[in-house]
Amino acid sequence: MTIPQIRFTFWKAIFLVIMVAGVYSTYIRFSRGLGASTNLSDQFPWGIWIGFDVMCGVMLAAGGFTLTAAVHIFNIGRWHAIVRPTILTAFMGYLLVCAALLYDLGLPWNIWHPLVMRNPHSVMFEIAYCVMLYTAVLALEFSPIVFEKFGWKKPLMLVRRVMMVFVILGVILSTLHQSSLGTLYLIMPNKLHPFWYSPLLPVFFYISAIAVGLAMIIFESSMSSKYFGRELELPILREMGRVLVVVLAIYGILRFQDLYHRSVLGMIFVSGYEQRFFLLEIFLSVLIPLGLLLVPKVRESAQGLYLAGVLTLLGFVTNRLNVTITGVENAVGARYMPKWTEVVITAVLVALGFAIFGMAARYLPIFPEEKAHLPAMPRPEGVRGEIAVPVHAGD
Amino acid sequence: MSKGILYDATLCIGCKQCEQACATENGLPYDDKIAAQDVTSAHKYTTVLTKDDKFMRKLCMHCDDPACASVCPVGALRKTTIGPVTYDKHKCMGCRYCMAACPFSVPKYEWDKAVPGVRKCIMCAPRLAEGKPTACAEICPTGATKFGDRDELLKEAHKRIQDNPANYLPHIFGETEVGGSSVLLLSSIGFNTFSLRTDLTERALPLYTYQVLSRIPDFVPIFGVLLGGVYWITHRREPVAEADARERHDHKGGAQ
Repeated sequence: MTIPQIRFTFWKAIFLVIMVAGVYSTYIRFSRGLGASTNLSDQFPWGIWIGFDVMCGVMLAAGGFTLTAAVHIFNIGRWHAIVRPTILTAFMGYLLVCAALLYDLGLPWNIWHPLVMRNPHSVMFEIAYCVMLYTAVLALEFSPIVFEKFGWKKPLMLVRRVMMVFVILGVILSTLHQSSLGTLYLIMPNKLHPFWYSPLLPVFFYISAIAVGLAMIIFESSMSSKYFGRELELPILREMGRVLVVVLAIYGILRFQDLYHRSVLGMIFVSGYEQRFFLLEIFLSVLIPLGLLLVPKVRESAQGLYLAGVLTLLGFVTNRLNVTITGVENAVGARYMPKWTEVVITAVLVALGFAIFGMAARYLPIFPEEKAHLPAMPRPEGVRGEIAVPVHAGD
Repeated sequence: MSKGILYDATLCIGCKQCEQACATENGLPYDDKIAAQDVTSAHKYTTVLTKDDKFMRKLCMHCDDPACASVCPVGALRKTTIGPVTYDKHKCMGCRYCMAACPFSVPKYEWDKAVPGVRKCIMCAPRLAEGKPTACAEICPTGATKFGDRDELLKEAHKRIQDNPANYLPHIFGETEVGGSSVLLLSSIGFNTFSLRTDLTERALPLYTYQVLSRIPDFVPIFGVLLGGVYWITHRREPVAEADARERHDHKGGAQ
């Protein structure tokens, strides 16, 4: 196995370069301010740190609530094997979102202010609370993995006993803030282009978060099997592919119904700046993945699922960038391209995401196989969730 | 009584003394170079625009139900009862949602500072507290910028249009735009000439988000019960199946 070794070294070098550039960018950001470190302006107060790092970061971490809901609430026990890597992805995602906010906020040391200075009429206030509480919930959902690693039985039992409440709380909090990221834009009816401004924005953001959650699970499982030499959970991913078809179809139909009812459907045939980005988004996020997944041969194959998943991810990343950037450019009369420092910080966060996942997968009992190496913590057999069992035991 | 500003462009002579007075009042630099800038910024809260022999002032509109104050997560921006929309940097965390949400793109940012804040016209709130008019209205030599009770100013604006319909567009900018504002503008030529948006909704913008946000408290318990209920129902199957299996096993055992 020499090839993976070379690959790992190559990525390590890339990682190092990104980190060095990141340290320098961080220095510029905090010593000289947002003007020197970004291409933001009075016309364009939000760039990729909000559009990608926060908007897409939260979206890409949506697998956490989607899968815990499926496994622990809807009791789809056969998906249990992938809960841990998914929770790891989500927890890491939210930590990186919080890190991104520290860069983007003008006065990051005031980030705690919403705790005591409340404005319940602000969507941002609601998001701040939900993200904060959900990150805490994810830490709790992640904690059994750490407790298990060190064999701390007492806290493990304690956490498992209350876990169900926190799973439900996590789903509620996620539903609220995933949709609220869309609600943020409802106050800009005269700024956001009609391709994207819709009273249904919160609904679109929520449904697409579920689609992205599923696509992210497919992506992350495929990557894990490739780089950690693990066997791919293909039967699970095939089922995910089917669910993804349904979610994408619902989303796509709703999107077009909405365009039709707001009388902007005709605009998708009129060539223009927004139109090109809209078509790119719709093809990547809905039409191509649906087309691929509706072919049984593609849907059943690992490569086909991977391709459809990655396209879905790219499509919805395009969607979030369209809402935050493309859709407002004409109204504010300015174009925005991120400065290199903005790109570097974003790359740092993405690279950290991959690195932390790799480290965690190496040292913590993330995957089912590794659990078998822990004779100190015998687990019950069968398809039932490790969380569900103690709840019954406690009854 | 809520205070307001009536700017009548037909009376304006473009002397820019309001710009100068504004800079002095707010401790901002002012020179010929800044006077020539035709956009508001972190160091220029108001500007007089010129188009041929016509003028228009740009300043914060001080909306009756301001989007900026509604979106601010920490309440740093606030609509005061006497009219001005004020800003408190000590509360601000710098999310810049106010800038994204403002339909007039009024709030500006100190991009070049390591410890930045939002800057905008605050309608001379400290002066108003002392019972004085705004600096711009006080200095205006022609009465183009007039300070007073908003209701009185609105009546006067309507009267000016009525008395001299040939001289004015039959529209008071700020009477109904995004629910109305403390600042009212009169002009003889289209407001869009000075890139003031004429396609704005008459609905107060915060209502767009409030109709969603206000449902959250009702939604949470229902969704919570739904999720708990699904859990309760789906996890019923296992004990039932287990009990069945045990029964069958016992039955078999008894038969042997």
